[in-house]
Parts: sequence; C-alpha cells; structure tokens
Amino acid sequence: MASEQLPGGDGERLVAHGDWRNHSIAKVLPTLEELKKRSGQGRVEIDVSGVHAIDTAGAWLIRRVITAKQSQGREVALVGATANVDELISVLPEKAPAPTAPSGSRASFFERAFAPPGRIVTELAGDMVAAMHILGSAVRGAQMKFGRGGGVSPASVVNQIDHMGVRAVPIIALMSFLIGAIIAQQGAFQLRYFGAEIFVVDLVGILQLREVGVLLTAIMIAGRSGSAITAEIGSMKMREEIDALTVIGLNPVGVLIFPRLVALTIVLPLLTIIANFAALYGAAVVTYTYSGITFDTFLSRLHEAIDHTSIASGMIKAPFMALAIGIVAAVEGMKVGGSAESLGKHVTASVVKSIFAVIVMDSFFAIFYSAIDF
Amino acid sequence: MQQTAEKASEREDRQVVLSVRDVTVGFGSNIVLDHLNLDIYRGEILGFVGASGTGKSVLMRTVLRLLPRRSGRIEILGTDYDEADEMQRMELDTRLGVLFQHGALFSSLTVKENIQLPMREYLDLPQSLMDELAFLKIEMVGLAPDAADKYPSELSGGMIKRAALARALALDPDLVFLDEPTSGLDPIGAAEFDMLIARLRDTLGLTVYMVTHDLDSLFSVCDRIAVLGQKRVLVEGTLNDMLSFDDPWVQAYFRGKRARSVVTTDEDAAQPAEK
Repeated sequence: MASEQLPGGDGERLVAHGDWRNHSIAKVLPTLEELKKRSGQGRVEIDVSGVHAIDTAGAWLIRRVITAKQSQGREVALVGATANVDELISVLPEKAPAPTAPSGSRASFFERAFAPPGRIVTELAGDMVAAMHILGSAVRGAQMKFGRGGGVSPASVVNQIDHMGVRAVPIIALMSFLIGAIIAQQGAFQLRYFGAEIFVVDLVGILQLREVGVLLTAIMIAGRSGSAITAEIGSMKMREEIDALTVIGLNPVGVLIFPRLVALTIVLPLLTIIANFAALYGAAVVTYTYSGITFDTFLSRLHEAIDHTSIASGMIKAPFMALAIGIVAAVEGMKVGGSAESLGKHVTASVVKSIFAVIVMDSFFAIFYSAIDF
Repeated sequence: MQQTAEKASEREDRQVVLSVRDVTVGFGSNIVLDHLNLDIYRGEILGFVGASGTGKSVLMRTVLRLLPRRSGRIEILGTDYDEADEMQRMELDTRLGVLFQHGALFSSLTVKENIQLPMREYLDLPQSLMDELAFLKIEMVGLAPDAADKYPSELSGGMIKRAALARALALDPDLVFLDEPTSGLDPIGAAEFDMLIARLRDTLGLTVYMVTHDLDSLFSVCDRIAVLGQKRVLVEGTLNDMLSFDDPWVQAYFRGKRARSVVTTDEDAAQPAEK
C-alpha cells in the first residue's frame, strides 16, 4: 500500500494510499520497515492524498516514518493531507515512551535458591499471628458499641448453621454410606481368608468412629464451607465492605468471622454423628449382602467391639478441626487483595491449607491418644 | 419555524450511526422502556440524562445487547445485529467502544495488557507495535507512561476512568459509549476529561453516546442532549431546546439552582458559537 517514486529533482516521494486502519496495516509493516532503514539524500515527501481511511494506528506508522527520516537529517513534508489526517498525525508524539526496562539485574543464585523458602517461613509466621488475632478477636465477640450484644448474633449463627450444616447433610450422609460400605466390603473379602469374617464389624466400627468418620467429614466441610468463607470474606475485602465495618465501629472479625466459627464448631460434630450412622448403616448393608451377617448379629458384635472411648475419641477431634478450618479460611479471606486472581488464589490456598491442617491435627491426636492409652 | 426545517434537512445529510426504533424493554411485569426511539449522528456527542431509575443504563445495555428487548429494532453503524452474519457481527464488535461506569478493567491484567486485549483478539500485529500503540493510547488519555505496568487495584478512581477509556479506544472505534465518565472525578479532572473527549472526537472522528449527570459536561461538550423520562425519550435537542421545553422535571434539571450558574454564563458564550 505504500509505494515509492523518485521525482526528477532531489529527494524521494513516498505515496500512501488505501485503507490505513488497524485491521489492514499489518500488510504494510515489512515495506515500512524497509523504507525507514533506507538512507538517501534530500527532502522526503509523503503523499497521503490517496488514503481514504485512517486511524491512530495508521497515523502512528506514518509518524514513525517521518521521525525516522528526520533523524537522518532530511526534511520531511506531508502532502495531500486533509485537515483531519494532518491533525491526527500532528497530535501524536514523536516517539513512544521507551518501554520500562525490567527492573533490576538478575538476583544471584544464592538469593534465588533461598528467597522462596525464606518467604514461606515469614509468611507462615505472619499467618500464625493472623490466626491468633482472629481467634482472640472471635473470643471477644462482635464488640458492639454501648455494650449491646457483646456476644454473637443468634440469627447470624443460625443462618450459618443452615448453610454449612443442614444443607451439607445429604452429601455427607451419601459419602459416608459409601465409605462405610467400601471399608466393609474390602475388609470382608480379606478377612474371609482367615475365616474371621465377623471381625469386619470391629474393623468398620473402630476405624469409622475413631478416624475416618471425623476426618472425611472435616475434609468435606473444608472443601465446602471453608472455601465459601474465604470467598465471602475475600470479596467483601475487595469491595471495601470490611473497611466500612471497621469505620462504623464494628470489629469485622467479631461480626463476620465469629458467627461462622461458632456455626462450624457446632455443625462439624453433628455432621460427624450423621456420617458415623450412615457409614455403619452402609457397612451393615454390605456385610448382610456379601457375608450374610444379619443386622442383629452386626449390632451385637458392634456392641462388643466399641465402647464410649471409641466414640469419644473421634468426636473430641471434631470441634478442633472445625476451628482450624474456620480460622484458616478466615485468614486467607483477609489476605485477598484487589484482583479477581488473588481471590481465586486465596480460595485455593484456603482449601489446601485447611485440609492439610485437618490431617496434621488428626495425626497429632493419634499420637496423643496412644500416649495416654485412650 | 424555517430554522427548524433547515436544521432537519441538515440532519438528513448526516449519517445515522445508531438508530433505535420502537424498543421495549421490561423485567417481569415492569416495563422500563416503552417504544423508545433515538438517533445518533456521526461525529456528535450526545449527552443522555434522566432521573435515577428511568432506565438510562438499561437503554445502553440494551443497545450493547447485554439485555434482551421485547420488541423493536436497533441498527448500529447501519447494521442490524440480529440480521448480521458472523463476520458482520465481529466487525461491528470492533467498531464499538464502551467505558463502563466503574471502569470494568480486568483486575488480573496490567493497564497495558488491558488495552492490548482487544488488539490481540482482533488484530494481527507484532508485539512491539502493540506496545507502542498501547503507549499511544495511554498518552492520549492523559495517563503517565509508568501507569502502563500497574494493576487496576493500584490506580486511583480517575486513573481507572482514563485507563478504561484507553481500552475502549484500543481499536479506534467509530462509536463510543460512556457511562457516567466524569462521576467521581474532581471538577478539574472532570473538565479535563470533557476536553479529552471533545479532542478525541475532533481528531478521531468519534461519535459519543454519553450517559451523564454532570451539568458542566452537558453544557460544555455535548452537541445534543436527550432526556429520558416516562419510558421514552422525552425531548432531544440543543441546550436551548431543553431550556424551552415545558416539563417540570426538565425545567427543574436545567433551570435548577445547580444548573443556573452554569447555564447563564454558558448561554451567552454558546450563542455566537451556534451556527
């Protein structure tokens, strides 16, 4: 689209014609590069009378040619330009600002190798402090002014119990039913070799009540409610709602996080009980179908196999796990920054960290129980 | 009378960029816009006003096809989107620019990447040229070059408006929609923004559809004003048409206490400029 002619006298004449808008200029780029580099003598005339449509991108290309030719010390004139084109080209700056150089030189190997672990450690310390802050503020409650309603708002807690607990019942029950059935089925097949099929009841009962029931429920709740807490608090943080609460004189931790923590600590033990019943029911159904153990036999065997400590040792863990999930979720929510990307990152971190925390906690409880012979 | 006839014939010559005919929009049993008609001509800045909740944003979102309409016909740049084929639709999309009220910049991209996003999608240009073009747009809207590598969360309200305008202009559209472009800006910043829009209109030949409540921008840069009320366009025309239109809301709006200082000083100044 840009052709070149040499008139009789000194200098050269560049003719641009056609459509110089952003969707068509890609075609002339190579020609223009070549034209810019070519050196010559005398004045340069750029004839744009044949250009019927132009936008900033096209004008910028012409501007670049003008600048390049001027830097060769040649006189450049734009001819045939309508007032519009002339104005458009003249308002453009001579040069685009130099792209900002990537900041700083490359860090040394030592720095690059040890900076990330160091950052993780300091972040962990920060997280611990934030978690303590949230736990401490939560204990003090909503801190309404004039000493009114120093505790929890019951409506809010009930609402959260509905969201986190009641609506989680179907999925928790179904999941536990299947887990109980699977454990029973695998156990029954293995124990059959020893002729000890009846002990599958002991296996399922102890495993489910002491470990699996509470652990899987906690993991499910971490994925279901922990992520929701982080997303809620995080998006409130993004829209300055948290700041608004602070300015009004309410403690955001007390108003937002405390009800959720209370609801979680109430809900997780209850869901664990439901999970245990569902799992035992699943196990009973499977042992009846595969091994012919009747429900009566199942129940009486179960009665002998487990006692209060089995049930208690599992249930004691539930509120602690609930607290861990709630606090991790709240800490991550409070860390959300201004962008949607950061919200996603922190929701992911919340789920991963709270599941990790729950499993670590479970292992510590196992060590503790065996130490005190519980 | 003759003057108005002249004006009308003058208008006939000008190209209609956006034509809205008999458009009805409603939610449930609530009709927001009832058989509304509106025309915008090439190269003009149309200021759109109306009381809160009369459907200014609804109309804009309907024109941009973000809301469904119950009846009517909308032609943008001579093309009816519903009857257009895939290629025409794509071309139409590149010829519209929108500045949303709160900027709607993509929060996970820097300002430069925000501006380059439409370019990347529609144009086949080398990265170096796209960088230069992005910097041009940034300079055009009056942002400092170092804003290019910042994320939207690091920008002030006014800078977000400017960056969003730069993104709206990324493809050099023919028609730009501005939703309250000067709300939340200080008066000096707002005046600069108005001048910027007027300058861009002059150099790039933009047509501007501006929803605004800023009386200063209505008086200083808008060629025509349209008032939305009673589910349709109550009146459209120049400022003088507004002042002489007999409707309590329009009178209160353009002759109210807040407007008076701007109008009286502006009327005298605007008089000789009228053709």
